[in-house]
Amino acid sequence: MSMQLATLRDLSVLYRSGSTTRPALASVNLDIVAGERLAIIGESGSGKSTLALALAGLLPDNAERTGQIAWPGLGRPPVPGGDIGFVFQDPGSSLNPVLRIGEQIAEVARRHLGLGWRAAHGRALELLARVRIPQPKAALAAYAHELSGGQRQRVAIASAIAAGPRLLIADEPTSALDMVVQAEIVALLDELVRADGMTLLFITHDIALASGFADRLAVFSDARLVEAGTSAEVLARPQNAYTRHLIGSHIDLATPPLIAGATQ
Amino acid sequence: MNAPLLAASGISKTFAGKGRRVAALDKASISVARGQTLGLVGPSGSGKSTLARILMRLVEPDAGRIDFDGTDLLALSGEALRTTRKRIQMVFQDPLAAFNPRATVAGALADPLRVHGLLGRRQRPAAIAALLERVGLDPGLASRAIHEISGGQRQRVAIARALATRPDLIVLDEAVSALDVSVRGRILELLVELQRKEGIAYVFVSHDLAVVRAIAHSIAIMDAGTIVERGPTPDVVANPQSATGRALVAAVPRLVVGKSD
Repeated sequence: MSMQLATLRDLSVLYRSGSTTRPALASVNLDIVAGERLAIIGESGSGKSTLALALAGLLPDNAERTGQIAWPGLGRPPVPGGDIGFVFQDPGSSLNPVLRIGEQIAEVARRHLGLGWRAAHGRALELLARVRIPQPKAALAAYAHELSGGQRQRVAIASAIAAGPRLLIADEPTSALDMVVQAEIVALLDELVRADGMTLLFITHDIALASGFADRLAVFSDARLVEAGTSAEVLARPQNAYTRHLIGSHIDLATPPLIAGATQ
Repeated sequence: MNAPLLAASGISKTFAGKGRRVAALDKASISVARGQTLGLVGPSGSGKSTLARILMRLVEPDAGRIDFDGTDLLALSGEALRTTRKRIQMVFQDPLAAFNPRATVAGALADPLRVHGLLGRRQRPAAIAALLERVGLDPGLASRAIHEISGGQRQRVAIARALATRPDLIVLDEAVSALDVSVRGRILELLVELQRKEGIAYVFVSHDLAVVRAIAHSIAIMDAGTIVERGPTPDVVANPQSATGRALVAAVPRLVVGKSD
């Protein structure tokens, strides 16, 4: 039987602003299996990012959480940044603009692994090579703004895995990137989590992108988990109308064109 | 074949960067047939948005020529430019950034009518209602603020605003990229329907080859400021000749039913 890393029971989150409240997650029950690649699928306002923030303990102050998140796979509450690595959509905002790339990654290794600066810098160099930054030695001394969007996201991934987390949460990590770079980043994440035995929570609006590599899909709509299952099950036999709608909305190179007679 | 509605040839543009000059476009040439869609596809930084802005004359090229319906577009200025520019409109990726968020829908649609002197004040409410209906929106939305309506509704308003001057060509720069997938399909259907009914041509700029394939009659693929490949959509997608074209085809996520491991 597979071991659960985390279990969510009746998890609800409300956002309060002034006298109004807005439910962001409503009574979610979900298990995260150790070592799996679980994709959280949803559109804007579905609650998928709130789920990630709740797991990582990063909910903003105006959020009210009820229900339980337990970590049987850890046996203790997780240390953010140590047990859980987080990759955001926009690496420009998660990387510090005035710190050198090497310093940012080394800082994570130093704080969570107790390494000295020298060893931490060695780890940073090793990680930059692992995420396939060209000329990793030169990149140690670079600033985030000197890199392309795709390279910044590779650095953000290196930083997120620097402490050797059990769970890597990637929240729309490719939405700001073009599709060629998107394919490279997804392949990189897949390779890293397999090699290190990490659990991956991959949050995306793109069910096709997720279905290419995730073991399981959990589909969210309007703050609710509407369907969860293995990728193959959910795609072949979607049980929920919204899931069917998402699958039907996908456009790829086999979708019939919307225009008639595409040649003159 | 008829003369194209728009033909841009040898368009070059260099931006001055930090101590160096960056070639954004190097002798790029494209043509757009009347009432048809040209998909302009390429990775980030390939120059596709710069080329789109040059077609709008939001950016002036260093070299090249643009013929628009028999007129030398780059030679126009003053009143002649204003008259021709009405016939080319643009829709951007983020409709919230394209509008004053506090403006009402009616206000956003009245702007182009007023700027181009198209209608008197008294006819405007009816014209605005008609524009909203053409993009599938309830005319009752006119009094709502831009920030109150959904992303999909906002992009419909942006399209309505582009339609206000009865253009022959609309340049759409990543116009569906920020939308939820379920909304995206309906906006694409709207664009196709408007083209079929009103004969509008589009330049559809996107990094997503699959979306471009769904609505473009022909495709031009850009990389590093040059057009690396162009042709009818089915040919380019089925048999890409350039490395960039092959990479774009390979990068399209496919629904994988039954994952092989």
